[in-house]
Amino acid sequence: MKCRVCGRKAAVEVRRQGQAFCPEHYLEWFEHQVERAIRRHRMLRKSDRVLVAVSGGKDSIALWEVLRRLGYATTGLHLQLGIGGYSQRALEATRRYAGERGLPLIVVDLREAYRLSIPELAELTRRRTCSVCGLTKRYVINRVAVEEGFDAVATGHNLDDEASVLLGNVLHWQTDALVRQGPVLPAKERLAKRVKPLYLLTEREILAYTLLRRLPYQHEECPFSVGAKSLLYKEALNRIEAQSPGTKQAFLEQYLKRIEPVLQAGLPAGEVALKACERCGYPTTGEVCAFCKTWDQAYRWARKKRILPGESVFAPEPALRFAPERPN
Amino acid sequence: MKVVLRTPDREERELKGPLRVAELLKRLDVVPEGVIVARDGELLTLDDEVGDQDTVEVISAVSGGRR
Repeated sequence: MKCRVCGRKAAVEVRRQGQAFCPEHYLEWFEHQVERAIRRHRMLRKSDRVLVAVSGGKDSIALWEVLRRLGYATTGLHLQLGIGGYSQRALEATRRYAGERGLPLIVVDLREAYRLSIPELAELTRRRTCSVCGLTKRYVINRVAVEEGFDAVATGHNLDDEASVLLGNVLHWQTDALVRQGPVLPAKERLAKRVKPLYLLTEREILAYTLLRRLPYQHEECPFSVGAKSLLYKEALNRIEAQSPGTKQAFLEQYLKRIEPVLQAGLPAGEVALKACERCGYPTTGEVCAFCKTWDQAYRWARKKRILPGESVFAPEPALRFAPERPN
Repeated sequence: MKVVLRTPDREERELKGPLRVAELLKRLDVVPEGVIVARDGELLTLDDEVGDQDTVEVISAVSGGRR
């Protein structure tokens, strides 16, 4: 197979577009795809201060690298979830990447900020780990972005993530979730703008970019993710894709273009109004937001089980400042 | 040839070469769309051939869960 640009031996095939590239032209193609998605959906302006949510995995590290190369002023945000050695290695990969390039990185350790780790939070509230983890990540990322005055939060969601979520929502006809599935979620009162610049690139294409750029990243998967439904949907879509290249992209893009607007228009009374949470002041549809409710409940059990001292009261304000680490 | 699978846990297999990458993945029952195949750090396409002396890595690209 030959590179479509220079005719040298190809290293990466992009079957959904019937193209193949040598390493040099692949990197060029990849970065151009991200740039195009940003422009097409007006995700970011060149003057924006961008907070990149970085887990240490290939997607978020590749995203940070492309945004850096495109000239955006980026700061990384990494959450220490407290999942044993897995979290430790995630932090190491993230620090290594940021340190090698002298990029600012904010690390929020949940145990320092809120006195409990994600596994403790899940156990105390008897809820699924992925559910309390997702809830906490979304809240803290938004809070850092709002308090530190960032213009947007960029996340490493890719085509496989987005297409598999769409498939899951369609299989269960989750209409409320279906209308919230776009590459740009606009800013609202105390809700930072969120963008997904990699949403049209597959995981395979992102891995190829990470390997060719020799970026440090964490390859291992979270120990709590064993048997996740999303994986089943991704595998199913990849089997279809192998027989019929371009299906994943068409599934997502055509949905966003043709179906989502119809769904939006057909929903009764449009969006549910957001109000300020009584505890923390951040947006919620109820009186108290899900983050405050969940952590409050965890604190009650933590006091009973003497994991936290008897006088401990949950406070939504974190016990630390969100300041970037000094690059090594 | 030695095949090192990182999907994402490390596992080693022995396969008889020469083989095209597409055939190698078929024998391992791995969907090509979910992986990158590399030899000594060089990324390979499905029509590349790997020989008996090669060490081939099959690296999973799928994140967000484990089987």
